[in-house]
Amino acid sequence: MAATSTAPSLPPALADAVRDDASLRRFLHGLPGVDQVGVEQRAAGLGTRSIKKAAKLWAIDTAISMVDLTTLEGADTHGKVRSLAAKARRPDPERPDVPKVAAVCVYPDMVATAVGELRGTGINVASVATAFPSGRSSLPVKLADTAFAVEAGASEIDMVIDRGAFLSGRYGQVFDEIVQVKHACGDAHLKVILETGELATYDNVRRASWLALLAGGDFIKTSTGKVTPAATLPVTHVMLQAVRDWHTQTGDLRGVKPAGGIRSTKDAIRYLVAVHEVAGPEWLTPDLFRFGASTLLNDLLMQRRTQLEGHYSGPDYVTVD
Amino acid sequence: MSERISLGRAENRIAVAKTYKLYIGGAFPRSESGRSYPVNDAKGAFLANAAQGSRKDARDAVAAARKAFGGWSGATAYNRGQVLYRVAEVLEGRREQFIAEVGAAEGVAVKKAQSLVDAAIDRWVWYAGWTDKIATVLGASNPVAGPYFSFSVPEPTGVVAVLAPQQSSLLGLVSVVAPVIASGNTAVVVASQDRPLPAITLSEVLATSDLPGGVVNILTGRTAEIAPWLASHGDVNALDPTGAPEAVRADLERSAAGTVKRVLRARTSEDFTREPDLARLRAFLESKTVWHPVGV
Repeated sequence: MAATSTAPSLPPALADAVRDDASLRRFLHGLPGVDQVGVEQRAAGLGTRSIKKAAKLWAIDTAISMVDLTTLEGADTHGKVRSLAAKARRPDPERPDVPKVAAVCVYPDMVATAVGELRGTGINVASVATAFPSGRSSLPVKLADTAFAVEAGASEIDMVIDRGAFLSGRYGQVFDEIVQVKHACGDAHLKVILETGELATYDNVRRASWLALLAGGDFIKTSTGKVTPAATLPVTHVMLQAVRDWHTQTGDLRGVKPAGGIRSTKDAIRYLVAVHEVAGPEWLTPDLFRFGASTLLNDLLMQRRTQLEGHYSGPDYVTVD
Repeated sequence: MSERISLGRAENRIAVAKTYKLYIGGAFPRSESGRSYPVNDAKGAFLANAAQGSRKDARDAVAAARKAFGGWSGATAYNRGQVLYRVAEVLEGRREQFIAEVGAAEGVAVKKAQSLVDAAIDRWVWYAGWTDKIATVLGASNPVAGPYFSFSVPEPTGVVAVLAPQQSSLLGLVSVVAPVIASGNTAVVVASQDRPLPAITLSEVLATSDLPGGVVNILTGRTAEIAPWLASHGDVNALDPTGAPEAVRADLERSAAGTVKRVLRARTSEDFTREPDLARLRAFLESKTVWHPVGV
């Protein structure tokens, strides 16, 4: 692997981990194992917290401001991206006090359209890259994919790791790829998609999280949304622990983004509770926690209306997308 | 109480005391609130416990009804008729149980209870027969002055909240639920507050016939507690306030107006033994008129 490492200011233990393939493997396999029963029970326990009234309203607004409004379909059109951008700017047109979403997430060829629509709004444009969602292509193609998205104006890049290489133990290759894609990103933020549904164990999730953090990913993201299971609470727990530990060791704040399968306000609030309890309150900001979602936003808006209007709302009162 | 129930049976048998649950989305969940309330017969003797549904149960029921609406309204009229007729078959199979429950709930003699149950089954069959005739009778091909066909077809309005009659525990219930689902709507039904057992048995009938889960959802509990949440719910399209207490009816209509619901102008005391007409079928339909060019 390339000895040209990333962050110059890593503490000695971590700097040593990225020295070569063998030490990286030693470091990742030296991470403490995840207690599967424990983490699942803890996640389920936190999920039972009751969030009501003002706290719920705050949670809904916070969750809306953390949404990466996503459309990643083969059938995407420029028109669809434009309407998504309109929704990102003003999620609930009848209620201008609803916060903007954090970003709009599209395929690279749609970035220019989204950038044009969102200029001056403060909403970021995120683009998936590196042969999303499988990641099965050559490195030059992945880098070109990334460069294409960045040149089109994307300020956030969501890359996928090579799960095949990761699962067969070629950590160095995965590390190098992330480092080079990070380099290709320039100023754009890099989110590293681990695709936890394909990693099989929590131990692997922890290793992949650390690998992505060591390689310089600004965010670690659970899934592409194309594989089931996508984001789950226990997996997000493990990843939140990783960024928390990273912060303790380096003083550096990195983000987490669960994506896929989060469809209801109830789910979103469970995630926020987990962020608060596992990582800490300083992570409760769109800079450090995001939801990758499309249908979630409508449910958040409906719940917000329910809270404010005192009666249940329905899908007839939000946009169809 | 155990002595009373064990009368006429083996003396040493322990009675099975029942606590019934709600019927939502084809399943039988407990009330989210965990509450239940005792149900007595007409003379005040304990019969069973019923779940006391809350606003969140109503919310879940509406979500289930909305989910079922696409499939049920999209089914062919012929298919809906077959399913409803199958329900009547299962009703017939439970005839004895219904007679006992209606007799206990309404305090009527066996003969009278029999005639009420028979009328209820017949009513269900009558509405089952209407499924594939509604479009012909209530639809029209309209004469227009232009080179177009213009025709109007009745379409189901959506999720209907039904407050079942408080007095007529089975015949009244069937008379308000069957017309709603015959035309392709889905229903959230609040059963009679003090006489819910026939409604609960009806839910067991629906669950074991071919009716898709969620087409009919039956809540038991305090009508005055649940009804306002259904009347104001943004995802409910119509309201049948037949069983609403007189005092809250105006309020229900007002909050239903907030989301532009269809509200059935129900008579305050309706005699359900009379032969029905099309009023209840017609109340939950919308007319869609299509203009189609001729000769293309």
